[in-house]
Amino acid sequence: MQNTPISPAKGNKKLLNKLSTRNIEVQTCYQCARCSAGCPVADYFDLQPMEVVRLAAYGMEDQLLASTTIWLCASCDTCATRCPNDIDITGLMDVLRELALRKGVPAAVPQVPAFHLSFLDSVKRWGRTYEIGMIGAYKLRSGDFTGDMKLGLSMLAKGKLSLLPHSIEGKPEIREIFAGKGKEYER
Amino acid sequence: MKMTYYPGCSLQGTARDYNDTIVEICEAIGVRLSEIEDWNCCGASSAHMTNHEVAMQLSIRNLLLAAKNGSDILIPCSACYQRLKAADKALRENPEYWDVTDYNPEFKLVHISSFLAEPEILALISEKVIQPVGKMKVACYYGCLSLRPPHITEAASHEMPTTLENIVTAIGAAPVSWSHRTECCSGSLTMTRPDIATTLVAEIVEAARRGGATAMVTDCPMCQANVESRQETALERAMPVYYATELIAAALTGAYPEKQQKVHLVSASALQTHMEQAAQNAGAKLETSAQEEESV
Repeated sequence: MQNTPISPAKGNKKLLNKLSTRNIEVQTCYQCARCSAGCPVADYFDLQPMEVVRLAAYGMEDQLLASTTIWLCASCDTCATRCPNDIDITGLMDVLRELALRKGVPAAVPQVPAFHLSFLDSVKRWGRTYEIGMIGAYKLRSGDFTGDMKLGLSMLAKGKLSLLPHSIEGKPEIREIFAGKGKEYER
Repeated sequence: MKMTYYPGCSLQGTARDYNDTIVEICEAIGVRLSEIEDWNCCGASSAHMTNHEVAMQLSIRNLLLAAKNGSDILIPCSACYQRLKAADKALRENPEYWDVTDYNPEFKLVHISSFLAEPEILALISEKVIQPVGKMKVACYYGCLSLRPPHITEAASHEMPTTLENIVTAIGAAPVSWSHRTECCSGSLTMTRPDIATTLVAEIVEAARRGGATAMVTDCPMCQANVESRQETALERAMPVYYATELIAAALTGAYPEKQQKVHLVSASALQTHMEQAAQNAGAKLETSAQEEESV
C-alpha cells in the first residue's frame, strides 16, 4: 500500500452513508485478514481486501477508486463468505466500481470496465448476451485486437459461438431498465 | 414432474452442449421443462459489478415472468443462479423498494446439482443407467457462484459441498479427494487478464492431478470454458472438464458420442475410453461367472 497519510477526519461521509444503506458494515472489521488470505487474486492487487475495508471505514474514497483492486476483484465471494463479521466485501467492491464509473475516475485496469460495458451493451441491445458482438465491441474499446484470436476461431469452429444474436420480444422493457432511472441512482 | 427452466445465455452459446444434455436427462427421467417465456440475460457479473439497479431489474424481470408458471425454477448456470437468488431474496424481503407489489411466489429457485443430487432424482437416474462410466477418477469442481455467498445461495455446505460427488458416484465414476473444489478460476477476468486466469487454472488443474484425477467434472459453464481454454499444456495432455450432465447422459445412453467430444476445447476421449473398458470388464465378468457356473 502506498505510504499516504490517512486521516479519518478527511473521510467521505457520503461514501459511508451509501455503504450503510447497502448494509455493508465496514466499521466492524477487526483486521483478521481472512479475506486477504483466501482471495485468489490478491497477489495481483495493489490494495489487499483488508486494506480496502479499512480505507472504506475511513471514507478514503479517492485511494479506493484509483486502485487496481476494485477492477481485478473477480467477485468470487470468498472474502465475504469467510468474514467473521459478515462484511459484504464483494458488495463493497461493487459499490466502489459503480462510483468510479459514475464519477469518471480513470480505471487503473481499463480493459476490465471496457469488458463489462461491452457485455452490458450487448444485453441492452438484444436482451440476451450476443457473444460475437460483445467480443467485437470489447476489442474496439480496449484496443486488444489480436488477443485470443486462435481461441476465438476454435470456439467458432466448434459451434460454441452463435453467429446471430438471440433477440427477445421484451427489448423495450430492457431498454427501460438501462434508461438510468431507479432508486439506486439516488442513493 | 414439471419445472420452469431458466437456461441463461451461456447455455445458448458457449455451453450449448450443457443445455442439450440437461434436456436429454430431464426427458429420460420424466421431468418436463418449460422455459421462462422471453427470458432475458441475468446481467451476470458485469451488471452487479458495475450497476446495482440494472443488475436487480434484469433479474426481477425474469422472476416476474417465471411467477406466471408457478413451478420451481431449474437453473443450470452458477452465475444466473446466484443473481436470480439474490433478486428473489431482496424482493421477498422488501418488494416495495423495487416497486413490485405482492411478491410472494410459491416457487423455489433450484440449482441443477442440488436438484440432480436429491435422493429421489438420483434413484430415477440410477434405474435408467445403461452403462456406468467405469470408475473414472474425476475431480468434482464447483467454483464459486452456486455456493457463495451462502446466505444467498442457501448451499447446504459451501466449503465442503458433496452434490457433484454424489451425482458422479451414482453413475459409476470415482470422485477423488482434492484441494481446489471451491477455488475461483477467475472466469470473470479470462478475457481481460488471461495471464491471471492462466495462473489460477494451472493451480487448479495441478491440484486435480495431485488428487489423482484424469478428468474434472463441473456444473458451471464459465468454469468449464475457462479451465479448458486456459491450460497451456498440449491439447492431448490437457485435463478435460466435463459437465456432470454429460456423464449422466452418457451413462443413460450407453455411449459418449464423438460429436460431443469434439465440442471440447481439449481432447475429451477419456470418458469414452473408460466406458468401453467398463463394458469389456462387465462382459468378461459375465463370462467368468458363466464359466464358474459351468464348472460347478
